[in-house]
Amino acid sequence: MDGPPGNANLLPVLPVLIPLIAAALSLLAWRSLAIQRGLGLAGAVGLLASAVTLLVEVERGPILVLQVGAWPAPFGISFVVDRFGAVMTVLAGVVGVATFVFSMGSVDARRQRLLYHPLLCVLLAGVCGAFLTGDLFNLYVWFEVLLMSSFALLALGGGVLQVEGAIKYVTLNLLSSALFLIATGLVYGALGTLNMADIALKVRAGDSPEAVVAVSVLLMTAFGIKAAAFPLFFWLPASYHTPPFAVSAIFAGLLTKVGVYALVRSFTLMFVAESEFTHAILLVAAGLTMAVGVLGAASQREFRKVLSFHIVSQIGYMIMGLALFTPLAIAGTIFYVIHHIVVKANLFFIAGIADRLRGTSSLVHAGRTSLYAKAPFVSALFVVAAFSLAGMPPLSGFFAKFVLLKAGVEAKSWTIVATAAAVGLLTLFSMTKIWAEAFWKAPDPADAPIDRTRSPKPPARGMIGTCTALAAITVLIGIFAGPVFEFSQRAAEQLLDGEQYIRAVLGEQALARLETGGETSGSLRIADGTTAEIGGPR
Amino acid sequence: MKNVLLQTATRYLLPLLLLFSVVIFLQGHNKPGGGFIAGLIAAAAFSLHALAFDAASTRRLLRVDLRSLIGIGLTLAIASAALPLAFGRTFFSGLWTSIGGDPATGDPGLKIGTPLFFDLGVYLLVVGIAMLLVLTLLEPAGPTYEGPADESEGDAA
Amino acid sequence: MNALFAIVAGVLFACGTYLLMRRSIMRLVMGLVLIGHSANIAIFTATGLKRTGPAIVPIGEETLPATAADPLPQALVLTAIVISFGVIAFAVVLVSRVWATAGTDDSNRFREDDDMEAVS
Repeated sequence: MDGPPGNANLLPVLPVLIPLIAAALSLLAWRSLAIQRGLGLAGAVGLLASAVTLLVEVERGPILVLQVGAWPAPFGISFVVDRFGAVMTVLAGVVGVATFVFSMGSVDARRQRLLYHPLLCVLLAGVCGAFLTGDLFNLYVWFEVLLMSSFALLALGGGVLQVEGAIKYVTLNLLSSALFLIATGLVYGALGTLNMADIALKVRAGDSPEAVVAVSVLLMTAFGIKAAAFPLFFWLPASYHTPPFAVSAIFAGLLTKVGVYALVRSFTLMFVAESEFTHAILLVAAGLTMAVGVLGAASQREFRKVLSFHIVSQIGYMIMGLALFTPLAIAGTIFYVIHHIVVKANLFFIAGIADRLRGTSSLVHAGRTSLYAKAPFVSALFVVAAFSLAGMPPLSGFFAKFVLLKAGVEAKSWTIVATAAAVGLLTLFSMTKIWAEAFWKAPDPADAPIDRTRSPKPPARGMIGTCTALAAITVLIGIFAGPVFEFSQRAAEQLLDGEQYIRAVLGEQALARLETGGETSGSLRIADGTTAEIGGPR
Repeated sequence: MKNVLLQTATRYLLPLLLLFSVVIFLQGHNKPGGGFIAGLIAAAAFSLHALAFDAASTRRLLRVDLRSLIGIGLTLAIASAALPLAFGRTFFSGLWTSIGGDPATGDPGLKIGTPLFFDLGVYLLVVGIAMLLVLTLLEPAGPTYEGPADESEGDAA
Repeated sequence: MNALFAIVAGVLFACGTYLLMRRSIMRLVMGLVLIGHSANIAIFTATGLKRTGPAIVPIGEETLPATAADPLPQALVLTAIVISFGVIAFAVVLVSRVWATAGTDDSNRFREDDDMEAVS
């Protein structure tokens, strides 16, 4: 089967391909840092552009599918773009561009020379690949791609502190990968397929239900580690505060969200057969993640450590929406992810600026300089991002939390609603703490600087520009909350309508098989399958 | 680690191993083999050289900077995956052509296709990455490839 | 046979987990290696261990012979091995870097990073 020629067919892989090409070219140009920077930025901009095109396409039309190498659906690897995947890719593009711009002024040249730009490009390619693939094993591969580059970025040119953080990160993420891999093997053993649409089809047809539940819990654990959900989050606060600020911002914005994405994809598309059981576990995990994360943050005194614990806490909100499993709740999760990626990356960027201005990231010795007096604009940027994170109206976070709470009330899950509301208040407390310690407190001459080697210096212009742009996006999401929410609802409907996804990937005949309930045996049908499944809607 | 036996053996083994890797690479066309495993064999050969002599001399032997090698490999792989697009085919589909084939006698000639170049890209990529890792391990004081004007890695002793 | 391999996979995973909990980070890497192997064996076991031939289409044929093994688990395991090769190599580099900078591979003796600046 030769797919339709032209660009429409290529579009679903462009967000992966463009950063990969940028990575390859900037490796070739290792002699020149300027070319590497340019290529990296160009790659991220290209990724953003292609992602926006994709979003417009899927917003107007059906789910886009590309069968790589023209191998038909359950046999080859499919790239599938629905509204949720497309919007995640756009966010990856936004954070990617922001990181490249921010890195120019903030990451020292020594680190940049250690293949910093190609690694960032590969990281972005991995993230987008994970968002767009329609194949469980391919998802594993993209996870590893982004993990490998994130390992290297995390450890790049660092001293003991950074490498130690990297070890915790590497260990737990590899454990998660091993679980994911085992689960993949079990899925193939039980259902005879790894194509997500095919898995969804077979689960809906009721193939080997016991194995499917076991596997889904295994996958939940694997993705839970990646997403830093409740019992499995310890690696995150142990490592995210060690690398350069630009790196921790892209990690904070994107990496855990890949885990959340995988959870959402698995538990809306594939493993819905036993949703009472699996989603109950998710709900408990969500509540505990929120609470433990925010309490952890309250005990921290380092800018980025506070923020890291807040990532954990906010992952809880996203999982809460998934666990409630109503259209409104899923829409809330999507809205929350959109809001959170921008805000969280921005907070880490601002932490980088504050660190530069003050010469320290500690919140205890913050009294040396009143940042508010010195840099009122940066302080204002922090307020926008922090209040949005805490859920103050009229910023984006308020609407995200509001939708989730409303969904909770509708589902009559009072415990989770109460937890979510209380955690919101504690988040505000945390943010005020940072505000008071890092930005507000007046100079205190008694506080001598601890680290004399790091004298305060002004931030580069690109750094402030990045944060301003991201803060503007936050405000815009708040102002245009209506349209964004409507989009989230449409994306949620698409997520919950698994048949739409199956139809797009496998074609109409596959669904017919579901209705008659026949022929769903778990083996590959190499001989007839190639002819039977050719020719989806694309 | 200076061992005359190992060094002498390596001088003879290195070309043999590299030749073997080329054989495995070409055999991958329709039998077990291919770019990845051939790349690993080549990397093993160069690692042997690095163990017998030292990392610096292996870098000299390789001539090409490892970063360029990885870059060339990745570019080649992506290009061969994207080339079918120019012919209206899907991403990653195989394009084949044959050189000197004769349909009259049924002689297929020398078949050359995009998978070959993809494999070649993989080969270079594997050699590059594996050697980067091995040489980094052999140079505990930090990589020397950072460029002349730089202080060395971290606070390495 | 399946039961035996399932047990092997489990034992490997258990050994790996034990090593992960050691203080020496070199052992930790070994633990990761074992867990990776366990995952690969688990895949083969889960997809069914059978006496089969290699999954190569004979010359002149269009499909695999009936006796051929399912090539997909092999492809999965091969990919997984490739990936774990890269990751483990990276982890070893990381350990050697730690050894060079900290002079120890005992994770308890690393400088305690938490709030170092704040407490002192």
